[in-house]
Amino acid sequence: MKYMLLIYVDEVKGAQVAKEVGVAQMSAPYMAYTEALKKAGVILGGDRLQPTSTATSVKVADGKTKVLNGPYAETKEQLAGYYMIDVPDLDAALSWAARCPGAAHGTIEVRPLWSMQAG
Amino acid sequence: MEHAGRLSPDSITGAEDEARAAAETAARRSYGKLLAYLAAQTRDVAAAEDALAEAFARALADWPKSGVPRQPEAWLLTAARRKAIDARRRRKSAAAGETHLAMIVAELAEAAEERREIPDRRLALMFACAHPAIDAAVRAPLILQCVLGLDAAAIASAFLVAPATMAQRLVRAKTKIREAGIPFRVPEREALAERLDAVLDAIYATFAEGWADPAGADPKRRDLAGEAIWLGRLVAELLPDAPEALGLLALMLHAEARRGARRDEAGRYVPLGEQDIGRWNKALIAEADAVLARAQVLRSIGRFQLEAAVQSAHAARRHLGRSDWPAIVTLYEALLQMTGSPVVAVNRAAAIAEAQSPAAGLAALDAIAADPRIAEYQPYWAARAALLARLGDRERADQAYALAIGLETDPALRDFLERRRAALSAP
Repeated sequence: MKYMLLIYVDEVKGAQVAKEVGVAQMSAPYMAYTEALKKAGVILGGDRLQPTSTATSVKVADGKTKVLNGPYAETKEQLAGYYMIDVPDLDAALSWAARCPGAAHGTIEVRPLWSMQAG
Repeated sequence: MEHAGRLSPDSITGAEDEARAAAETAARRSYGKLLAYLAAQTRDVAAAEDALAEAFARALADWPKSGVPRQPEAWLLTAARRKAIDARRRRKSAAAGETHLAMIVAELAEAAEERREIPDRRLALMFACAHPAIDAAVRAPLILQCVLGLDAAAIASAFLVAPATMAQRLVRAKTKIREAGIPFRVPEREALAERLDAVLDAIYATFAEGWADPAGADPKRRDLAGEAIWLGRLVAELLPDAPEALGLLALMLHAEARRGARRDEAGRYVPLGEQDIGRWNKALIAEADAVLARAQVLRSIGRFQLEAAVQSAHAARRHLGRSDWPAIVTLYEALLQMTGSPVVAVNRAAAIAEAQSPAAGLAALDAIAADPRIAEYQPYWAARAALLARLGDRERADQAYALAIGLETDPALRDFLERRRAALSAP
C-alpha cells in the first residue's frame, strides 16, 4: 500500500536551530533517512517544503478565484515536507514514520493514498 | 424454540431444531475463526461479515433438508467464500481489470486450501481490532463484534451507548482497518507486550461492563462477563507464554468465582469481607490460582498478575479465616508504583487499615486527598466514611457517607451505604 508521511514541525524553532547548527548539520539525518528508504526499496518520492511564509492559497467560490496570502490554516506545527512510500501495511508505514528525523521534534501524519485497487 | 401450536410434523420440527442448534453451535464456536480467516487477506471485515451472514442464513435453509454437514465449519467457509467471490466479481465486472481466468485460478487454489484445517487467525484479528490506530473506546466493541459475532445493538446496550452511535463507530473502525491497511498479524516480539496490553485492556473493559450488573438482572451484561472470560481463555490458549494474558484470565476467574456471593438472598449488597465463603465457586478459584501460578513461572510481573494476586489473597480467607492483608498491602504498593492510579491508592489505604490500624489507613487516604481525580470517586468516600466511623468520628463519617451515596449509581450499593450511614446514629 502507498502511504504519505506528512512531516509537521514548528518551522520557527526549525529556523532557529538551522541558524545555530547550520543547514547542512540539520539535513544530514534526513539524507541518511532517505538513503535508508531507498535501500529498503520503499520510497516513491519526497521533498522538503519551503516555509509557510512562501505559501499562497487559492479557492474558487461562486466562480470567482480568491487568492490568499499564507497557508491554508494557521497551526502550531506546519507541513514542512513529505515522503511517499510503498509498504505492505500500516505497521510497516508506522515504523518508517517513527524513524523519520521529524518524528523526534514534530509529528508525522501517516495517510494511506486513495487507492482504487482495494477489494 | 417454541413447539406448541406448530403445524409442521414433528420430524421436520426436529430436523429444523437440530439444524438450528448446529448452526448456532457452529456460529458460537466458529464465527470469529471464520471471520478472521475470510478478512485476513482482504482486510475487509465488513465484506467478510456480509458473506458469513449469508452463509449462516443458507445453513439454516439447507441443513434441515440435506442434514448437518460432517464439517459444518468447512461448509460455512466454502459458502461464505462463494458469496465473497460473487460480491467481488460484481464489483470487478464494473471496473475492467482482472481477467475471469485469473479469478478462476484463485478460486481453485482457495478450494484446494480448504480441505486442510482452517488456520486460526482470531488472535491476529484481535490485534487488528485493538490496533493503536483504532480509537481506544471502540476496540472492545469491535472485538466483541468480530470475534463473537455480537450485533451492534447488543454491544450498544452493554456499553450504555445509543445503538445508532455504536453501529456508526463500528462501521468507521472497520473502514479504517481496510483503508489504512491495518495488518491482521500478531506483532513481533518487541512490540508484542505493548500491543497485547491493548487487547487485554479491551477484554478487561468487556468484563468490567458485564461485572457492572452484579445481580445478573440484565442478561446481555451478564453474558458480557462470560464472553470476556471466553476471550481471555482464547488469548491465554493462543499465547501460553504471555504472563499478562494469564494474569488477566486469573483475575477474571477470581472475580467470577465470587459473583454469586456479592448479593444476599434479598438482593442486598454484601461487601467482600462479609461474603459467605460457601457461596464462592471453589472450582473457579482453584483454576484461577493455577493459571496465576503458570503466569508467575514466566517471571515477568505486570498489572493483571498483581491484581489477580490481590484477588488470590482475598480468596485465602478460605484457609486463613481472613484475607491476607499484609500481602495485599505489598501487592497494592507494587501496583501503585506501576500505574500511579488513584483507584489503587484508595485500595491500598483500605488494606493498610486492615493490616495495621484504621488510623494508618485514614492517614494513607489523607495523603491522596489532594488528587482531583478522587473528588468524585465513590469508593474513596466510602472507605473514608468507614474508617472515620471505626475511629468514632461520627460527624465526619456521616458527611463522607453522604458524599459516597450521592456519587453511587448502583441502587444496591447505595442502599448498603445508607444502611451503614444510619448505623452511625444507632446506640
